Amino acid sequence: MKKNFTVVNKSVKKIDSLSLATGKPMFVADFKPADALIVKMLWSPHAHARITSIDTSEADKMPGVHIILHHGNVPRIAHTTAGQGFPEPSPYDTFMFDNKVRHVGDRVAAVAAETAEQAIEALKKIKVTYEVLPAVLSIEEALKPGAPVIHDEPEAHIPIPVPYEPARNLAARVAMDVGDLEAGLREADVAMDHEYYTDYAQHCPIEPHVSMAHLAADGRVIITTSTQVPFHVRRIVAQTLDIPVRKIRVIKPRIGGGFGVKQEVLLEDVVALMAMRTGRPVFWKYTREEEFVSSRTRHPEKMRVRTGVKKDGTITAVGLDCITNTGAYGSHALTVVCNSGSKILPLYRTPNIHFVGESCYTNLPVGGAYRGYGATQSSFAIDCQMDEMAEAIGMDSLEFRRKNAIRTGETSPVFRALGEGKAGVEQSIGSCELDKCIKLGAKEIGWKKRGRWQDKKGRFRRGIGMAALMQGSSIPEIDMGAASLKINDDGSFNLLMGATDLGTGSDTVLAQIAAETLGCDMDKIIVYSSDTDMTPFDVGAYASSTTYLSGMAVKNVAEKVARQMIEVASAMMECPGKEIKLADNKAVSADGRSVTFSEIALRALYGTDQFQIGAVSSRISHKSPPPFSAHFTEVEVDTLTGRVRVLRYVAAVDCGTAINPKLAEGQTEGGVLNGISYALTEKYLFSPKGKMLNAGFQHYKIYSMRDKPVIKTILVPSYEKTGPYGAKSVSEICINGPLPAIANAIYNAVGVRLRTSPFTAENVLKAMQAN
Amino acid sequence: MSNIMTIQLTLNGRKQSVTVDVKTKLIDILRQLGCYSVKMGCSEGACGSCAVNLNGRVVNSCLTYAVQADGGIVDTVESVGSLDNPHPIQAALVEEGAVQCGYCMPGMIMAAKALFDINPTPTDEEMAIHLDGQLCRCTGYEKIQTALRKVAAAGKGGVA
Repeated sequence: MKKNFTVVNKSVKKIDSLSLATGKPMFVADFKPADALIVKMLWSPHAHARITSIDTSEADKMPGVHIILHHGNVPRIAHTTAGQGFPEPSPYDTFMFDNKVRHVGDRVAAVAAETAEQAIEALKKIKVTYEVLPAVLSIEEALKPGAPVIHDEPEAHIPIPVPYEPARNLAARVAMDVGDLEAGLREADVAMDHEYYTDYAQHCPIEPHVSMAHLAADGRVIITTSTQVPFHVRRIVAQTLDIPVRKIRVIKPRIGGGFGVKQEVLLEDVVALMAMRTGRPVFWKYTREEEFVSSRTRHPEKMRVRTGVKKDGTITAVGLDCITNTGAYGSHALTVVCNSGSKILPLYRTPNIHFVGESCYTNLPVGGAYRGYGATQSSFAIDCQMDEMAEAIGMDSLEFRRKNAIRTGETSPVFRALGEGKAGVEQSIGSCELDKCIKLGAKEIGWKKRGRWQDKKGRFRRGIGMAALMQGSSIPEIDMGAASLKINDDGSFNLLMGATDLGTGSDTVLAQIAAETLGCDMDKIIVYSSDTDMTPFDVGAYASSTTYLSGMAVKNVAEKVARQMIEVASAMMECPGKEIKLADNKAVSADGRSVTFSEIALRALYGTDQFQIGAVSSRISHKSPPPFSAHFTEVEVDTLTGRVRVLRYVAAVDCGTAINPKLAEGQTEGGVLNGISYALTEKYLFSPKGKMLNAGFQHYKIYSMRDKPVIKTILVPSYEKTGPYGAKSVSEICINGPLPAIANAIYNAVGVRLRTSPFTAENVLKAMQAN
Repeated sequence: MSNIMTIQLTLNGRKQSVTVDVKTKLIDILRQLGCYSVKMGCSEGACGSCAVNLNGRVVNSCLTYAVQADGGIVDTVESVGSLDNPHPIQAALVEEGAVQCGYCMPGMIMAAKALFDINPTPTDEEMAIHLDGQLCRCTGYEKIQTALRKVAAAGKGGVA
């Protein structure tokens, strides 16, 4: 469906970009008051231990020290740090401080002092004795009968009715079956059964976690924090500190990247309680090492994939058994593993589907939300196996995907079976240009010239691989977004939203939707987002929801305001409202007369029958329309060293209408490079006792401009009728492609199937030697 | 022996006198003096978000001691252009949609400017080598590269 847009589908400048490029103070740390106390945390040196005593008497007397918090002097309330809707589908297995530590880098005690140096000196004086417990350092150990129990505290529970068995380290379990997997496998001409594994990785926002708190004149605590979920922060801090929600205000300024890791309440409880107890502003910023060890990670995941295929390319069965390692706490454990099924299994048509997702506790760093959210892991396993099945029946793997991928108008039983902590929501696909994505991407990369690995010679061998992907747009019947809008004297508008721009450009995209609906210029929209005292509610920036869901809330509120403006204009021009159109900052009548938005505002505010033109609106969704994408890459493998270089990368994306094409491309390119870096170099190294050994950018390699291949984004428009001006999501899907596309390209180069990531030179060389 | 020292520096064109502990890093002094564009991302010289120009060279201010700037000239992005009159590098980055979260931008711009000041028409490879220490996790660098290519093509990178 082609639409003529004025502001939407245009690459308008991101509204905050020049302020950011000129270095204006916009981030949490830029607002730190000069008299703020600085927090430093004493972290557990043990993977698993009970704290038998803690003595702060010497530390308390150290210069500059104002307060020390530990398990003996804070409320003991079981909660989750996962910033999800209420009740959260994550176990309540976390305490502000506990008498037990469950991973190296778990909280022990926090000091606030006049300076960071004083706080660090005081930490050294805290005397802690530990009873070290046997540690669980792998998925396999965690699920063995008789394994040490990580959450043996009686309070641990999950607030929704789903399986949760902490006594055997099981943090989550979900299962679904459609048809009969075994029958489907028997029916197949070729059946396959392989195991895949993806490892730990970290989001690495360039701004680490940072929060501060101070008391307002009326005693309320104001938390300014780098978060994706300000409203969940307010609720979870209230719960953790046992104070009413009304006592807390949460403000989100600009955020220096999130990617999911800031969908978590990790610092806010500490700074809030310290501010309440000392009356002083309190500031805490993670170091880079703390960001790696004591924030959140991508859940490592072990996946068994069983598939069957007939010689004509019909897929007879797909079985996916996943186990994630959620680390010491079950943050997002259930929902990430649910998404491993729900965001990939609908992609390929088959009558027999089996899925089991489990998540287990270990004494390792904690998993959490990370862009792609479980689909990143399972896309690797499923898409590599699709490639292999196509090869086994002698079909071009591109044609195999085209034949089997879901199309517009079709549905999948998976949508209804798998939700997030409850049953899912049935939906049929309203918009899908995957086939076109595949064709355009293939042309761009030169798919037909890829050749067979058997014919490739020499030390450096090139290969081309692809992957097909889907994600969702918001969590249906769970997520809610809201916005309010009012007019000002000069015909400008204040757009207040709970939606949380974490650098993605959502403030810009949502302002474009408002401007399109109102018929005004972009610079007339003044955006203020994410302040729990000032803006309406929004669940926050996650689950690919903002453009789609908050965008519909903005469109609704703008339509309400437009109707009020038309009523005023109708009285001013003495003509029926239905003959009036809003465009170019004016209300225009059928006979060509017009009044400006400013004149309408002045009449409403100062003239006759005065009132505030304004409205508030909210939105939920009954669907989660998937964006679709086809990724292609060309790699070069050094057969002597195993080193893989990505030479070119093409991502063709159907995100519906791209509200802002350049920003949509930017989302894609950023996600793709993060995915490439995750596929090739990013890896947590652990000591035998569970301590991360490479917690810094010197030894945990994320890609720089010098490392990057040429990344080409092709936006392939579709029109999603349930979305604002046809839009779907774009932010997450792009990170899921590099793992399978690169693995498939490596196969095309050297004939080796890699089933364990990352594809470091060492791993690739080992796999080639084993072949 | 005292660890306290008074240093003089020219910061963004203004002479400043600051008393510092000798262990203080340059980034802390710059932020104390109101240059909030200087961002702390890793504290170990690996991300580049604290990059500033010291005596005409890009340095990571998280690794540089404040006393090393004594008698020197320090420029941060606060001196590189304004909302009304952005530097061509800033204008190009904004135009190309290269600014996502923006946390890395001040360092990225200072490093790019240092390159353009000596070489107004760098190649892709020269840019990539020069900016190797500037990490960005949002953009995949594609739009940043496009923007800087435009600046190079116009040959105006060195012009404030």
